[in-house]
Amino acid sequence: MIPTRRTLLAALAAVGTLASLTACGGGSDDGSGSSDASGGTYTFWDPYPQFDASSPWGKLVTDCGTKAGVTVKRTAYDTTDLGNKALLAAQQGNAPDVMLVDNPVVSTLVEAGILNKTSDLGLDTKAIQKNIIGAGTIDDAAYGVPIGANTLALYYNKKVLSAAGVDPASIKDWTSLTAALQKVKAAGKKGITFSAINTEEGSFQFLPWFWGAGGDLKKLDSDKGVAALTLWKQWVDGGLAPKDVLQNTQTTSWQEFATGDYAFGENGTWQLGNAEKAGFDYGVLNIPAKDGGSAPVPTGGEFVTVPVQKDTARYDVSKKIVECLTNDTNILATDTTLTYIAPTAAVQAKQVAANAKLKPWVDAVAAARGRTSGGLGSKYPTISQPMWTAVQSALSGGKSPQDALATAQSSAEKG
Amino acid sequence: MTIAARVDRPRVSAVSQASGPDTQPLRRRARRRRRLTALAFVAPLIAYLAAFYVYPLYRNLDLSLRDYTVRSFVAGDAPFSGWDNFQKVLDDPTFGPAMRHTMVFTFVSIAFQYVIGLALAVFFNRHFRLAPTLRALFLIPWLLPLIVSASTWSWMLNSESGVVNYFLHFLGVGPVGWLTSPDWALTSVIIANIWIGIPFNLVILYSGLQNIPGELYEAASLDGASAWQQFRRITFPLLRPVSAITLLLGLVYTLKVFDLIWIMTKGGPGDTSSTLATWSYQLGFGTLLPKFGPGAAVGNILILIALVFGLLYIRVQSGQRRQEA
Repeated sequence: MIPTRRTLLAALAAVGTLASLTACGGGSDDGSGSSDASGGTYTFWDPYPQFDASSPWGKLVTDCGTKAGVTVKRTAYDTTDLGNKALLAAQQGNAPDVMLVDNPVVSTLVEAGILNKTSDLGLDTKAIQKNIIGAGTIDDAAYGVPIGANTLALYYNKKVLSAAGVDPASIKDWTSLTAALQKVKAAGKKGITFSAINTEEGSFQFLPWFWGAGGDLKKLDSDKGVAALTLWKQWVDGGLAPKDVLQNTQTTSWQEFATGDYAFGENGTWQLGNAEKAGFDYGVLNIPAKDGGSAPVPTGGEFVTVPVQKDTARYDVSKKIVECLTNDTNILATDTTLTYIAPTAAVQAKQVAANAKLKPWVDAVAAARGRTSGGLGSKYPTISQPMWTAVQSALSGGKSPQDALATAQSSAEKG
Repeated sequence: MTIAARVDRPRVSAVSQASGPDTQPLRRRARRRRRLTALAFVAPLIAYLAAFYVYPLYRNLDLSLRDYTVRSFVAGDAPFSGWDNFQKVLDDPTFGPAMRHTMVFTFVSIAFQYVIGLALAVFFNRHFRLAPTLRALFLIPWLLPLIVSASTWSWMLNSESGVVNYFLHFLGVGPVGWLTSPDWALTSVIIANIWIGIPFNLVILYSGLQNIPGELYEAASLDGASAWQQFRRITFPLLRPVSAITLLLGLVYTLKVFDLIWIMTKGGPGDTSSTLATWSYQLGFGTLLPKFGPGAAVGNILILIALVFGLLYIRVQSGQRRQEA
């Protein structure tokens, strides 16, 4: 009998250890979220994994916490991950106190009911440009404060253009742009690179052309939408743009442009710092609309939001942190680091005064449109996904632009 | 349960031999204690299975049977919708191609992995000098993290600056849009997957070859059998049990390959290289507005397919055990 008792003891000990292990595992989840009301630690999420705690951004976040009298625990996620992480956290009841999210995600999170209105928190958003805060506004209520805005334009390589005999000032519409690309190709260089990848980035890059043709996101397969996709397809089929735009993220597309072989690169405000380092003379053009003038471009950039907490007493401190992050001095510093355009006219003026090269970008941002604006809200993702699929199947030669967009429209309608 | 029972069996007989009819309650107590011991041993396993297998599977099934929106996902009050998500997924124009791609991807990968793996195993079984070193080198694809090998493949196959097109250029062949053409994308991911799967086949088949007695080959060569005849009549039949296991495990592994395809093409261009696994992820996490219900439904369909092959595996295995016994 003795051996049996010993094995029994051993087994019980094993179970006990396992139970205590799982208890530890469960316990560590707590304390990171809303449950500790002691007010010591506030959680903060952002999509800037490139900045560590010692970076100016990391320090600013810590400082703002200290000023509000709390410790801020910052976690940086990949931007494509952050929306889903937030949804899961909210479901578990431990959403962060303050969260910085990409603007098209805001409407999804509002749809999920996990963000507070800025008016409920008492945050002042009057000074912010209408079209910038528009991306985070649903039914006339703002759900976040933009930390800055960015958008798209055409970077061009001055040397390649002058070698091909193209005057950048002559590019006013799609016809003159295509003509310029052909001249560049004839001169033995490469035309234009952009990103047509099958993610949100692809849609973001396609929108200036889609809107520039007068397209409407509620009717993807209109003649205007087809015209925009046909333009891109002509470029790729005619060798004016490389085939690998289908795989390009905006970063790899930038790397292609930075080789110095390309005349044009469609890219964002955030590449300005890299443009200085590229080692060749560059210029910036607003993306032309189909028949002349500047095309409406989509606004990019993140919003500071305050997710809903069970313990509403936490909002006071969260508000202080948000106000600290978005006051004029700090936003100027942050937007300079990120090379974003500030959301208020006052700070924009300071930015241009410090760096005159930002002027075309300030104009571009002023003309930009939120992707989720115009009443689309959380419908936008169900339109964007079929749209990037259509761009992919047309550019890869699988379908004609007309067919591809017709398919996209029918799946967008299904939601 | 069976393990505990088997361990205890000799002692049971010992107790029953020693005891007379007056020791009945003692025996009952002993039996109860034994049962408790058995339970205590099994409990960790059951707890583990419940926490890491049963619950996730249950959650996935629950997700696929409810009409989840982002709001009801957070609030946890999604209405039960029966088979709606499955119906939606089956009616989706992506379903047919995704199913077809999954099958082509799986079976073509397995066929090539097995044939090449077997050829290499036979080759290395000849024990020439450097054979162990070379065999070890063949294991590299297995050791590399998938993110590394998939990214490397995607650079090599890049249509503008990839090394593969560069070599084709020397051979006078025009550039191929490996990852950008709808005709080639699926082929490209299959090629990469074959490369990754060869070591697995090589290792298992090689160890199978070690178990074939050398006398058989000696006898065969005395009888004047050619190398091919030796392979046909000795190696292949004796390797059949190992082959069956390799193929079935390979099937289950390959069905659910996701990371490789996602890193290389994200299922594109369009959806020309999307499989059930990538489509499920695309639905659940690939857009700004997650569709958890349909995503989970696709995942469950995939589990079901894998389960069929898994049951087949168990059948084959138990068949083999019966043969051995």
